[in-house]
Amino acid sequence: MHLPDIEHTCTELGQRLAAYLEQNNIEQPLLVGIRTGGVWIAERLQQQLQTEDGVSSLDISFYRDDFTRHGLHPQVKGSELPDSIEDRHIILIDDVVMSGRTIRAAMNELFDYGRPASISLVCLLDIGRRELPIQPDLCGVRLELEEGQLVKLSGPVPLELSLS
Amino acid sequence: MRYLHIENARLIDPSQNLDQVTDVYIAEGRIHAIGHKPATGGIEHSIDASGLLLVPGLIDLGAHLAEPGFTHKGSIASETRAACASGFTHVCALPDTKPVADSPAVIQLIQEKAAKAGFAKVLPLGALTQGLGGEQLASMFSLREAGCVALSNARAPFKDSYVLRRVMEYAATYDIPVFLNPDDAALSDAGCMHEGPTATRLGLTGIPQTAETIALAQMLLLIEQTGVRAHISQISCARSVRMLAQAREQGIRVSADTPLANLIYTDEAVTGYNSQFNVQPPLRSESDRRALLAAVNAGELAISSNHRPHEVAAKKAPFADAEPGMSIFDGFLPLALQLVERGELELAALIRATSTLPATVLGQNQSLSEGNWFNAALINPDAGQSFRRSTLLSKGRNSPVAGKTLKGAVNAVFIDGRKVFG
Amino acid sequence: MTTDPSQLQLTADGRLKHFLTTEGLSRELLTEILDTADSFISTQERDVKKVPLLRGKTVVNLFFENSTRTRSTFELAAKRLSADILNLDIAKSATAKGETLMDTLWNLEAMYSDMFVVRHADSGAAHFIAEHVTPNVAIINAGDGRHAHPTQAMLDMLTIRRHQGAIEGKIVAIVGDILHSRVARSQIHALRTLGAAEIRVIGPGTLLPRDIEALGCKAYYRMEDGLKDCDVIIMLRLQKERMQNALLPSESEFFKLYGLTEEKLTYAKPDAIVMHPGPINRGVEIESNVADGPQSVILNQVSYGIAVRMAVMAMAMSGQQQERNELAEQHNEPGQEEA
Repeated sequence: MHLPDIEHTCTELGQRLAAYLEQNNIEQPLLVGIRTGGVWIAERLQQQLQTEDGVSSLDISFYRDDFTRHGLHPQVKGSELPDSIEDRHIILIDDVVMSGRTIRAAMNELFDYGRPASISLVCLLDIGRRELPIQPDLCGVRLELEEGQLVKLSGPVPLELSLS
Repeated sequence: MRYLHIENARLIDPSQNLDQVTDVYIAEGRIHAIGHKPATGGIEHSIDASGLLLVPGLIDLGAHLAEPGFTHKGSIASETRAACASGFTHVCALPDTKPVADSPAVIQLIQEKAAKAGFAKVLPLGALTQGLGGEQLASMFSLREAGCVALSNARAPFKDSYVLRRVMEYAATYDIPVFLNPDDAALSDAGCMHEGPTATRLGLTGIPQTAETIALAQMLLLIEQTGVRAHISQISCARSVRMLAQAREQGIRVSADTPLANLIYTDEAVTGYNSQFNVQPPLRSESDRRALLAAVNAGELAISSNHRPHEVAAKKAPFADAEPGMSIFDGFLPLALQLVERGELELAALIRATSTLPATVLGQNQSLSEGNWFNAALINPDAGQSFRRSTLLSKGRNSPVAGKTLKGAVNAVFIDGRKVFG
Repeated sequence: MTTDPSQLQLTADGRLKHFLTTEGLSRELLTEILDTADSFISTQERDVKKVPLLRGKTVVNLFFENSTRTRSTFELAAKRLSADILNLDIAKSATAKGETLMDTLWNLEAMYSDMFVVRHADSGAAHFIAEHVTPNVAIINAGDGRHAHPTQAMLDMLTIRRHQGAIEGKIVAIVGDILHSRVARSQIHALRTLGAAEIRVIGPGTLLPRDIEALGCKAYYRMEDGLKDCDVIIMLRLQKERMQNALLPSESEFFKLYGLTEEKLTYAKPDAIVMHPGPINRGVEIESNVADGPQSVILNQVSYGIAVRMAVMAMAMSGQQQERNELAEQHNEPGQEEA
């Protein structure tokens, strides 16, 4: 399996995100990365786009639907969001989208902080295997992995992908 | 005459400084000969005792037999049978029964039950005060007449030193021996374990050593003043050992015992809130344990069982709420032999502390010598015993040996020449 | 069979499954509790304070000793984790005679609860319940006799960490009735594990347990000596009944000797913080202008209490969940053990 070049993919994703924002008339997007990999990607995109407000981070540990299976993640870091997300256009960013359950948890958590104007989903990689009706608005690369294979992002510097 | 012939036993009798492999011949309940076969008569039955110990029967100076009144915990039959399993031929029964053993009628009941059971002989300890209330004298003379070997107030407190003084004076008048448990109730009040670092850590109320030593000091002074024949039951502190030695140096005639548990365990056993180790007197520090062992080895201190059977529910409670006491008869011998194996206790000292000294306290002759009644235990020190809760002889489920395999088992117990166990 | 309390509360791989005592827990685990609590503090600052973590779980507040305050914070913590909560106040008299603690537990087991929050007047009660309850019910100790009050101690640790930056290297004095204080014991263990430079206990001989120094602290009888160079001063609550038990002559004499006044506060470091588990007896343990003064963090302690309780509830439930799953796996794969 050939993994994409991450620098190139990110740059391209940033360009498409800029176009997407313009197309949807979003002037002050709030970039929210999902811990941990999503935050790294969000920071990379923020550098490129130079949005205001920097990058917010979302820790979905308290919102996971697999608590009864896996329990609490031992390293909960907590979420860092601005005082209000009311009426903001949120760009939710994750490294890899698979089942869609993480995104579901993230959206639930966001709504406990307030009522955003919109949420768009940006992912570096989409590896399919969806279990919920959730699709990214923008996606860097779609990968077809073999059964049982997973892809992992390590970072923040340098950002690297590996298969496991 | 037809003899029971015990062949090749290692006979240990500290009362005669005896430790030798020999043959013993018994007839009509008594020892007829040791070493050589009597000139007349034949052998009716021979026991090959090679590798076994033959010791004078153990005498317990204080056990709770739970009957009358607490038959859900134990009965005279079940507990005296368990006592035999550790080689006891005699057991002093503490008076804290229900009703309290403060009247000849209760004493008679206990004696009848014990005779019917036919295991270890029960030597009743009558109450010193009515209902163990610590205020009014029990009918001491009548109790003695009814067959009490001594009188005791168990661990129930006397109202004040006035009552204690009168108790001793009255007992001294009729030369009735008294067994006294030194415990200052105000100082040990609400305590459930030894006052020390473990109690502080566990947040349990401690019983200071002074609860014992202050009471002991008071008792020793009154023993000296009244001249009563006194035995101090169940001491737990190093300081008490020294105080008793000093008292004897000053010419006060006083004996004492310590519970076996206090020779084995320390207060650290309570870590984890194991209610099994909620006992009275409490398990003390390691230095106390060592001082008690030294006194036993020196022949100054007897060992009692302080056996106290309980049903499961009595111990199934948070530590301080659990009922104090340990059911120790089943495991008494193997636990004591463990101390011998560890080199902490000499074998002869163990026999002296559990048989010779108690016999002296009670004015009995338990020696294995020609002409004496044959009260003895035949012990296999190397046989392994697996203790399971369901097979314990004591009805008490609070045994420290449940689930353990220990070395040392009783092959047979003889009382007045009759085999009552094994 | 009895297990060491510090081991009983951990899963085979060292995660929390009950929270009975701070004693014997590793520095990593205590830090994990504080970190998780920190995360919950941020959720408590939102409009919607609830997280769905323990949705569908049942928590029973099992209080054998009255304490509306402690019970309420546990209740709120459980609700903010989306658990269902049932409050049971069982007067001690009901269990003392007739119904034993075991009977009470058997009755409760029939309710299929997932967690008991236990307050009991007997030291070791929470430990006892953890040993005898059916597996997979998490026990949180909300105070047992004089033994432990681990959630209170952890909220105090969180307070110190948030207001003094760290616990490591700090000099901490605990003042007052150490003898009867489960809070003090839990604090001493946690402070030692988390690397406090010095732990001091200050009080009259009647209120300092014998051998207290065996726990790793130093005993002082005078505030002037004990407060010197302190970073943290923790005042304990003084119960009225201490006067009747010949432990203290009077409240006023206690205040004269150990009451925290502005003057005594000057013995400590200028930036020392003042703590108290509440409720305060003003003019007995602490002077009003100190309790309400700039160095007091007493009100902050209260707000951290919910976050800390949410953290240990979530962590213990998580540990139980793991054990439950492992157990289920073993059942599903017979023969694995033989292989």
